[in-house]
Parts: sequence; C-alpha cells; structure tokens
Amino acid sequence: MSGLALQNITKQFGTFTAVKNVSLTVPHGTFVCLLGPSGCGKTTLMRMIAGLDLPTEGAIKLDDADITRVPTHKRDLGMVFQSLALFPHLTVGENIAYSLRIRGVGKEDQKKRVDELLSMIHLSGYADRPVAKLSGGQRQRVAIARALAISPKLFLLDEPLSALDAKLREAMQVELRQLQQRLGITTIVVTHDQREAMTMADTVVVMNSGEIRQAAAPVEIYRRPADTFVADFIGMTNLFDFTADSAGRTNALGSSIEGLQVPGGLSKGVLSVRPEDVHLTAPGHGAIAGRVTFVRDLGGTIETFVEAGGKQIVAVSMPHARPDVTVGQDVGIKLSPDACVVLKS
Amino acid sequence: MRREAPQKLSDYGPLLFPAGMLIVFFVIPFATMIAVSFFKRDPAGFYSTAFVFDNYARFLSLFFGKVLGFSLFLAIAVAICCVLLAVPFTYLLSRSSRRTQVVWLVGLLSVLSLSEVIIGFAWSTLFSRTAGITNLLVAIGLMSQPVALNPSFGAVLTAMVYQALPYTVLVLYPALVRLDPTLTEAARTLGASPITSFFTVVVPALRNTIMATLIMVFIFALGSYLLPQILGRPQHWTLSVLITDQAIYQSNMPFAAAMAVFLVLVTLGLVGLTLLAGRKGEAA
Repeated sequence: MSGLALQNITKQFGTFTAVKNVSLTVPHGTFVCLLGPSGCGKTTLMRMIAGLDLPTEGAIKLDDADITRVPTHKRDLGMVFQSLALFPHLTVGENIAYSLRIRGVGKEDQKKRVDELLSMIHLSGYADRPVAKLSGGQRQRVAIARALAISPKLFLLDEPLSALDAKLREAMQVELRQLQQRLGITTIVVTHDQREAMTMADTVVVMNSGEIRQAAAPVEIYRRPADTFVADFIGMTNLFDFTADSAGRTNALGSSIEGLQVPGGLSKGVLSVRPEDVHLTAPGHGAIAGRVTFVRDLGGTIETFVEAGGKQIVAVSMPHARPDVTVGQDVGIKLSPDACVVLKS
Repeated sequence: MRREAPQKLSDYGPLLFPAGMLIVFFVIPFATMIAVSFFKRDPAGFYSTAFVFDNYARFLSLFFGKVLGFSLFLAIAVAICCVLLAVPFTYLLSRSSRRTQVVWLVGLLSVLSLSEVIIGFAWSTLFSRTAGITNLLVAIGLMSQPVALNPSFGAVLTAMVYQALPYTVLVLYPALVRLDPTLTEAARTLGASPITSFFTVVVPALRNTIMATLIMVFIFALGSYLLPQILGRPQHWTLSVLITDQAIYQSNMPFAAAMAVFLVLVTLGLVGLTLLAGRKGEAA
C-alpha cells in the first residue's frame, strides 16, 4: 500500500503508556488530524512518525518500507513544531534553505527554490529579513515553507497554529488546507482544537489516553460518534442514559422515544443528540416533558436549556426558527430517531 | 521591569554604597598603581615620587615582549581548549536527566573550591615520574617505564584548563539550558544528522555566548601566576609571574606597576578587537 502505515504502535515512558497499540493507515495525498485532549498521546505518536521517539512496540511503514528504526534525518519529511523552532541565527531565506544546504544543493538552486516557496506563502522579498523581525503569522508561514523545501513525502505539523490569535488561526486553517490540496502532500496535523480538525482534515483521528477512539471523515465523526468520549469531545452534544425493553422500545428522560429502535440485546446505554437536533414543541402529544431553565441568545444562534427527567438538555436553533419560550415555561422535546446516536455506556 | 529615570539627587542614594566600595577597593588602588608606574625606584628603600617613563621603557625589550607574547598565547590556548571541551560537554549535560545534571554540577562546583596551590601540587604529583599517571600506563602495558611529564608546557596547559573548566561550564550552562531543544529536532527533521545539527544550529545560535565565554576564560587565564611556576619551566612563566617577582621579591614596585598597567591595556585592546570582530560578523 502506498502511504504511511502504523502497525500496533505502543510507546511507554517508564511505567506510563503514552500510546497503546495504535494502528492507522494514511494513504498518500490525504490530510489527517490527530485530535484529542492534552496528554492523549497524539504528539508522542507524531514524534514517532518523525523518528524523534522510538516506539516500544510496533512498526511504522512508509510505502511498504519499514522505517521504524530509520533515523529522523533520513526520513525525508517536513515538520512544523509547536514552537516553530525557526533558527534565530539565520535569515528567513537561510531558514527555508536549511534542508537544501544540508543536502548540498547548489546556491543558485537554493535561491530559486526559496523564492518559489516565499511566493507560495505570500512573503516574496522577505528572504533577507531576520526571523525575529516577523509577526506571528509570518513566522508560521516561514516554518511551513522551511518544512516543505525538499518536497517531503510526509508533512507533519504539531499544534502548528496554537500560538496565533483566534482570527488568524481560522484564516491559516483554510490556507493550510488549500495549500495541502494544491500540493497533494500527505499531511498529518496534531491538534486539540476540534474546529481546526473539522476545517482541514480528510480524516479525523480522535485519541484519548493513548488509544484511537475513532478515525473517520469529519462529518462522520460528528454525525456518528463511536463512543461517548468522541460524542462529547467533538462539538456540543446532549448525552443521557436510556433503557430498552426486550422489543427494543426505548425510554429516556422519563418518556419513551417513539420510533427509536436500538440493536437487539441492548437493555441500556447512552444516547447522543446534537443540540441542533433537539426540537422544542408544546408539552404533551407524546413529547418529552421539560422546563426551560435558561435562554442564551448569541445573535447567530439561540441556545435553550431545558431540564427534562433530571438532565439538562440544550437545544440550538437559528434566529428564524426562534422558539417562543421563556424561563420557567413547560415545553415538550421532540427527538427524531435518526438524530439519536445509540452508544454503549 | 522599566522604571523612571532618577529625578532628584536622593534617587541616586541606593548607588552610594556600591559606588563607595568600587571607589575604595578598585578605583583608588588602580589609580595608585598607575601613579606608581611612573615613580622612580629607590634601591635603598621603596620608591620615590617622580614622573618618569623609565619603567615602561625598560619593559619594551625583546625579553619582556616574548613573555607578554607567551602569556597571551597561553591564555588564548587555555580559553580555546576550555571552550572546545566545555561546549559539547555542557550541551550533552543540558540534555541529560536532572539527576545527572545535579551530580555533575556539584562535582564541578567542588573543583571551584580548590585553591590554585592545591590544583598545582596535585597535578605536579600526577605528572611526576614516581607517583604519576605514567605509572598507570606502565601497569597496563602501554609504556615501558614511567616518565616525568612536568615541568612542561603541556602540564601548565592541562592544569590551567582544569582550573578554568568549571567556570566555563557554569557560564555556558544557563544559555544551553535555555536553548530550545526543538531547534535541534527541527534540524534533524530537515535532514541534519545529530552532529551536523550541533554545528549548524547549536554552535551558531550560541555564538555570542561562546564569544563571551572565550573572553572570560582568556582574562581568567591571563591572571594565573602560580600554576606556570609550579608546573612550567622559566620559559613558561607568564607576565603575571614576572609582575609578582618584581613586586614581591625584587621590591621594584614601579616596574611591577608598569607591567600590570601594560597587561591591562593589552587585554582591553584584545577584548575590544574581539567584540569589534564579533559585531562585524553579525552585520555581515
């Protein structure tokens, strides 16, 4: 298979297991985001792909060649560090040309490639500036250009945008994704920001405590989370327990949910319903009974907090479908069976 | 933290004590020395007040020129050896575990507590024929018979490097600890082997620190006067040895003062040149 393959990777630091038996394939040309809370092992996994850490067990293959023990400098990869790690003693141009200089590329060719990359990152004419004189966003671009100078097989980015302010970060996410699509380069990004992952990735890999919880397309991850962790970690969701009888009829929040059939044999579990799938109606008529506790009007969206069956349920609606409710009012909650994701508790 | 510039005279109050100490213990003695360097030696007593250039004139001879040249050469050699040893060592130390770092730093600090005299005699024993390290080499069959390694230039250099190395490491250590470890990792992902990344990233990024360390060790070594006497031949004696000799044993204070002033001027000149060269290199 052409691409990157991680096979049963485990990494232990002393008695602490940072990565547990992780397997993942990344076909060439795809954009993969490793997403998870801090300490979930995503950075360790990336460092092993880069060769900066050795896996305790398992194999890393690139285009079917085992590179598990190949030292970093022989892997032909480009990596952007969280700290960016631009060389402070070199100018912008020298930073970008570093990998070419190390490989003995001629001065003329170096200059040509640097100019090419600088125009790609919209910083033409910056070659002779010291890196200390650049703004955060510019340094970010230089780090990206430096990593791409040799046209690597693998492009790795460790929390690349975390140092930027929110607005610039959103803009850079789009730019990075467009750049990746234009170059068709196999890219792996580590991030804890789910918006970032949803914006950029072909495949989002959600990790927690050293394990992969789900690896799928962003919309799939959002619509069909594999477990409660993924459902809770990606976006907002309402999680609540349900029970089911032998016929598969479900009961949750003190009422039965019409039309929802759970897989046979499952007597209890957790339902995940996205706030935009929670519809408020008048009480009665088979709707789940609840009482409005708070309304948060954010202008673009309106969040209505409803207490039902001892749980707090959040409904999100757009201004044109503003629910006509006030705090303390009794309402009904309608859950469409399609919108309910059945998870094991 | 940025504070307002002093407005009133009383704002300078906190400076009084250090300024006073500096004047009493540095400016006055140094001024006295400069004054004495122009005095006339009185063979019967000490010296008499005068204003003559004889002391400086006497210094401008081939003999003292050679001694000055050797002193500078020795100090530069010590500085270069120390930096060559200390930079890779401190780099590896700063990347090792905290425990290892503490053990090494405590060891280095304990070397600092040794006086120059103890270091000198310890090395003279280690370099001796009867009890020295060559006996070990004989024991493991590398040499046929033990030899004396001192007095010699190598012995002087070794002991002075030994003495100055802890200072070198302690000056380099903070800079190397602060050096972002991802810089070398970045260099490795860009295709540099660990050794290439050390020379293309660590050393250039520490250029100013290394320069400052060289100057510090150079000046430190220039003042050494015991080790060359204990471990060297007379031709390995530095200007500091001659200054001590003139001041204490020959009772020729004016000449000793003149030599000291000259040494200070040459040192300042060299340091100035180094800094100038460093700045030019930076601009290029």
